Amino acid sequence: MTTVDDLRERTRALLAEHDPGEALAFLRARFDAGLAWVHFPEGLGGLGLARELQSVVDAELAAAGAPGNDPEKIGIGLGMAAPTILAFGTDEQRKRLLRPLWTGEEVWCQLFSEPGAGSDLAAVGTRAVRDGDGWRVTGQKVWTSNAHSAKWAILLARTDPDLPKHAGLSYFVLDMTDPGVEVRPLRQITGEAEFNEVFLTDAHIPDTLRLGEVGNGWRVAQATLMNERVAIGGRPIPREGGMIGVVAGTWRARPESRTAELHDRLLRGWVESEALRLAGMRLRQQLAVGAPGPEGSAMKLGFARLAQELSGLEVELLAEDGLRYDDWTLRRPDRVEFTGREAGYRYLRAKGNSIEGGTSEILRNIIAERILGLPTEPRADKDVPWKDLPR
Amino acid sequence: MTDLLYSDVEEDLRASVRDLLADRVDAAAILARCETGEPHDRDTWRALAEVGVTSLQVPEELGGQGASLRETAVAQEELGRAVAPVPFLGSAVLATAALLDCGADDLTRALAEGTATATLAVSLATAPGAAFPSGVSVVGGRLGGVVRAVADTSIADLLVVPAIGDGGPELHAVRVADVGVTITPSVSLDLTRPVADVELTGVASERLAGPDRAESTVDNSLLVGAGMLAAEQVGLAEWCVQSTVDYLRERHQFGRPVGSFQALKHRLADLWSSLVSARAASRYAADTLATGDPDARIAVHLAASFCSALAVRAAEECVQLHGGIGMTWEHPAHLYLKRAKANEIALGTPGTHRTRLAPLVDLPA
Repeated sequence: MTTVDDLRERTRALLAEHDPGEALAFLRARFDAGLAWVHFPEGLGGLGLARELQSVVDAELAAAGAPGNDPEKIGIGLGMAAPTILAFGTDEQRKRLLRPLWTGEEVWCQLFSEPGAGSDLAAVGTRAVRDGDGWRVTGQKVWTSNAHSAKWAILLARTDPDLPKHAGLSYFVLDMTDPGVEVRPLRQITGEAEFNEVFLTDAHIPDTLRLGEVGNGWRVAQATLMNERVAIGGRPIPREGGMIGVVAGTWRARPESRTAELHDRLLRGWVESEALRLAGMRLRQQLAVGAPGPEGSAMKLGFARLAQELSGLEVELLAEDGLRYDDWTLRRPDRVEFTGREAGYRYLRAKGNSIEGGTSEILRNIIAERILGLPTEPRADKDVPWKDLPR
Repeated sequence: MTDLLYSDVEEDLRASVRDLLADRVDAAAILARCETGEPHDRDTWRALAEVGVTSLQVPEELGGQGASLRETAVAQEELGRAVAPVPFLGSAVLATAALLDCGADDLTRALAEGTATATLAVSLATAPGAAFPSGVSVVGGRLGGVVRAVADTSIADLLVVPAIGDGGPELHAVRVADVGVTITPSVSLDLTRPVADVELTGVASERLAGPDRAESTVDNSLLVGAGMLAAEQVGLAEWCVQSTVDYLRERHQFGRPVGSFQALKHRLADLWSSLVSARAASRYAADTLATGDPDARIAVHLAASFCSALAVRAAEECVQLHGGIGMTWEHPAHLYLKRAKANEIALGTPGTHRTRLAPLVDLPA
């Protein structure tokens, strides 16, 4: 029997033995059957197969109308925490954490960025100090989505301020229900609070929830961030699938607002969006033949710029209606859709696209240095103890 | 599905064209030639024909290689990267596409076998989708009229001439050596692909297509030409980015390589990122043209507008980021700038391509 047939067989057996109407029980059973993420090891929700084979399982389950685990809501757990736990966690950590992570019973958030450590993430100042069998953590984190609904956080903290900044970091899993954790909504320019600030005051972490060696936190964090870039790299979209489709729709619906100047900008945006979409298609074709290129960073740069230009164009196209905004109420969305809500929201939300997940400026540095091989800027922060850096 | 990659065969082709050009075409030789009466490099053209690069998309039974426009596009990328002064666009692309389309097998074969070189006698500024050229008329069975700014005439034996006959558009073949053909080279912006004015006075011709076919043949030839020119712009832009990166790594000011300054790095990163999209758009145009995909016209307008704008930007940045040396006649940057800028006009400006694209994608003015 081929792997594909075998997977279909296993999926049908799961459907036969467990009632898809009982969503949580079904998701747990699916995890235990190794059909959650087939590329994970056996016993951890997978079967140790190639990642691409997941589509076989997903197609069977979708055809049967089986419940999913709401990947948009638990994306940080699935895309960032899980691969890091798999790569650096102990057997106990993997066993304890991965199942409820995947089923969505336990939501995850990420405590990396700080007010003083954004692009320069390795400068984080949140301190973790030894306390018996565990650690006491104090500091402030920011731009944390889902902090208000999360059970767990992946946390980057400084365990040795006397070492240079990259060397003194460690990586932990933090229980967000600990009394030392305070979550406050962080209101954005859109009016809503998609993210949070998280204040840590002597929050307790048992040493059994450290991921990787003490002082090895930067390496563990790199693994997390690599997975974030993969997640942002994008899935296939049809022509006019993103922001351009929204603006083109508005153009078609409003002949009275058309001007020659807006038309040319729209066409330029259409051409650039379609070229970028084809570049994404080309990137996936390269991946499919096992020759991944470095083009992913170009994709994010172009995506952010076009989302901003096109959403701005739409507000202008709306003329008088562009003067209005749908709602400034402080909302707490549990997911974000860049092309959702109305034009004003889209315009404002798109401003974040060139900041979140690596600013466009940092991305340009990465392209210039790692892809084009241009020399780095002289650096003032190498080989200096973190505590002596100016801030 | 549309294949946007380069196959192993296409990469082999690229390597052999690059090798051939590396041995023959360098900046000093181009500069030495470009102000003489023979701007085209006849020997290199012959060498390309001998290895079949000038007849890639021509079927084997007509003396060609039996490949497709995907391969032609790869060759044209390399010719762009070298700013090679050969009449590839006029002969191997525009004229060949027209002759193939109207079934002129003997002439197609002559071009494919390298015994003749041709060009399409239209203004190089004509875009696909334009009205049929009306500069030449058929009067009493002979051709008369003027066509300005025709590319690749200097070593052409043959002109493929759109002309207006009694019943409408026709397509004719004219021998350059015949009585009544006058070709007047212009002092051209692009030194490596100069244009010339063609004057025909009572010239004998062979009629290749009549009103039923001539218009679509010419339009198809221009469409193919614009798609292949987009590939040339990609190759050209790639040279500009790479040579600028190389220079910025070497050049020192203020005690450090100038390539370590973020202000310059970010400009290169942006150019490189645009090049990623340009390559995808160009491959899409080549593939849809090669397979006869109904999306080909959209693909060509997309690639032509995107790749030309990028190539001009890359060439302009190349001059600027080279500083003073980039402004000299001796450094090759200007050859690329002139080619890129002339290509931006050739077979339709980016703005013209966008205008033609608009109704095709339901974005009316």
